[in-house]
Amino acid sequence: MDFTFSDEQRMMAASVRELLADVCSHAVLRAVAEGRDDAAAARWARYRELGLPGLLAPEAAGGLGLTSVDFVLIAEEIGRAAIPEALVEHAAVAVPLLLEYPDDPRVAPVLEAAAAGAARVAVALHQEPFVAGVGEADWLLVGVGDELHLTPPSGVGLVEQPANDRLRRLHRVEYAPQPTTRIARGAGVRQSTARAFDRGALHTAAQCLGVAERMLEIGVAYASERKQFGQAIGAYQGLKHQFASAQVRLEFARPVVYAAAASLAGSGEKAQVAVSHAKLAAVAAADACARIAMQGHGAMGYSWEVDLHFYMKRAWALAGAWGDGNLHARRVQSALWSGAQPLGPAHTFSATEG
Amino acid sequence: MAIAFHYNDAQRAFRAEVRAWMAANVPREPLETLESARGFTAHREWERMLARGRWGMVTWPEEYGGRGCDLIEWLIFEEEYYRAQAPARANQNGIFLLGPTLMEFGTPEQRARFLPRMAAGEEMWAQAWSEPQAGSDLAALRAIAVRDGDEYVLRGHKIWSSRAAYADWGFGMFRTDPVSERHRGISFILFPLDLPGVRVRGIPQIHGETGFAEIFFEDARVPVANRLGAEGAGWQIAMATAGFERGLMLRSPARFQATAQRLVELYRRHADELEPAIGGQVAQAWMDAQAYALNTYMTASRLIAGGTIGVEASLNKIFWSELDLAMHDCAMRILGCRAQLLPQAPDAGDVGAWLEGYMFSLAGPIYAGTNEIQRNIIAERLMKLPRA
Repeated sequence: MDFTFSDEQRMMAASVRELLADVCSHAVLRAVAEGRDDAAAARWARYRELGLPGLLAPEAAGGLGLTSVDFVLIAEEIGRAAIPEALVEHAAVAVPLLLEYPDDPRVAPVLEAAAAGAARVAVALHQEPFVAGVGEADWLLVGVGDELHLTPPSGVGLVEQPANDRLRRLHRVEYAPQPTTRIARGAGVRQSTARAFDRGALHTAAQCLGVAERMLEIGVAYASERKQFGQAIGAYQGLKHQFASAQVRLEFARPVVYAAAASLAGSGEKAQVAVSHAKLAAVAAADACARIAMQGHGAMGYSWEVDLHFYMKRAWALAGAWGDGNLHARRVQSALWSGAQPLGPAHTFSATEG
Repeated sequence: MAIAFHYNDAQRAFRAEVRAWMAANVPREPLETLESARGFTAHREWERMLARGRWGMVTWPEEYGGRGCDLIEWLIFEEEYYRAQAPARANQNGIFLLGPTLMEFGTPEQRARFLPRMAAGEEMWAQAWSEPQAGSDLAALRAIAVRDGDEYVLRGHKIWSSRAAYADWGFGMFRTDPVSERHRGISFILFPLDLPGVRVRGIPQIHGETGFAEIFFEDARVPVANRLGAEGAGWQIAMATAGFERGLMLRSPARFQATAQRLVELYRRHADELEPAIGGQVAQAWMDAQAYALNTYMTASRLIAGGTIGVEASLNKIFWSELDLAMHDCAMRILGCRAQLLPQAPDAGDVGAWLEGYMFSLAGPIYAGTNEIQRNIIAERLMKLPRA
């Protein structure tokens, strides 16, 4: 029984933080949001240098062979930086889903290119109506009923959905299944796409932790400098206590997200409730942090000029990604009411215990 | 070090041992409340039974009657304790607060004098910190200890002292430097509650039972040897004690997981009668109890790996106290018009201990440092917001 991350895991996350601080500054986010992005290719090249696209692929497939537990801290950093790329979807949803079909001759070259970051892959599942990253993708995995298809995005209809987070372009995918693009079908597909969905939800939750922490830092910095009635507004308990409450929410969402990552690292069969809890807790924390960060900024927080809104919009976008609050709350409640979820002391680790 | 959520063979065997002992020894009927004289005596007996089984303070070293358990084993013990619905811990102030403080700051003589009797359940302890004018602003305390040869003469007035009405000993803070101010010049002194010059007056709580007391010191004399740590070092020692209290051990997650389980079961029985939003509140309560447990395992792992607990203790205190209140508040809503009935009412049905628990949960955000104080600590020391 051990609930600590290894030094290697922390060091990897720290190196990702350093990279993203460099390539995804406030100024870069602003440039992307205002349609002045001229560094997209350079950013992706930097992600490739660090091996991020193939982190979860085994070394034999050209990746780094890490697990969800390794990736969760990295996803947190990606959330913290609110990067414009659907890197989490690529690395933590698409690549592991491709890995489940190693025998298909069409999958192997795509997997190799995806693990190396030479090709970008997006995922459209029926549980996830708005797909991030498909606009920039070279390949698209589509789950249709009990079939899984692999197609270039040119083979599907893409309906762009202008959204509040301008750094995260969304499309609805329209697709009539073709036998030629089908890589698998049957009950196994339902299981593999369900696991893919849970990986999407878990790593979205991790991103929420990161963006929540970033918003608190931005809010605290402003409240420590801005003076009214002769002192920094952050010295007043009216703000202080709201900041502290948001910090409490954030700190108690962390272990839930990390534990859900561990439950996915195994077979993932009992992970559903843990993942839904993680998503709900992290979204609630990010929401609380967004609210106080904005309130602490006063009218400045409502202006385009202050960078806070990029992170708030990312938090709200993540809230609706890979299962919104309705879906995840229903999953938790149905497990509780049906008796499927063991209750009480001594069942803390029911999602990971054999 | 890396995340691994599997109990090893020794931990599984330990759990089985606790479970078997609890099954054989936990009283079949709940004990009378420990906030009455009779109930306290019953709980004192239970503490002695725990001590005979060496279950009284599993984290203590063996030489003082413990088992030398690490924090993971402590969590397992607590899980089994609450799973068995074992009685409330009358000895809590001793084993979780003063005990660790004595081990850290006490002389060998003090440890030998106090720890074994505390472990055996022979001496129950009360905390005497707050005063009428020194609550949240604890450093405003005025009680004094005047040195007279080998003795201190205690004068002053302590209040809101849990367990003091029925306990045997108290640990308190007194000014040993009469001209000192704030955090300086305070000493940490142990005193018998039946000492001449010590007068204890019980204070009935909102449920009518005498759960706490005020203590008047009228020239009560204690040996200088009853001082814990150096003269004037009382504040630092008290803060270490408060760290234990708010940190991990005051409220183990198992307690709230047990409440959450009862809440889910209550909800399932009544779901058809309830407005739809209540289901969401119940699910939130279960999730938060789970989050508290996971967080405690994470903190315990960090401490075992050599880490320390500081400001995080304030995060914990806010989370568990607000969780406990939310769970009981939710139960009150589910019970509806029956929530006001005492368990002995003819139509009480399954109201059980929810009302008593609800009233106690209202105290949670107040005792062990109000949640307002905790939020100040988090904002200033963890988040580095400016002080007023």
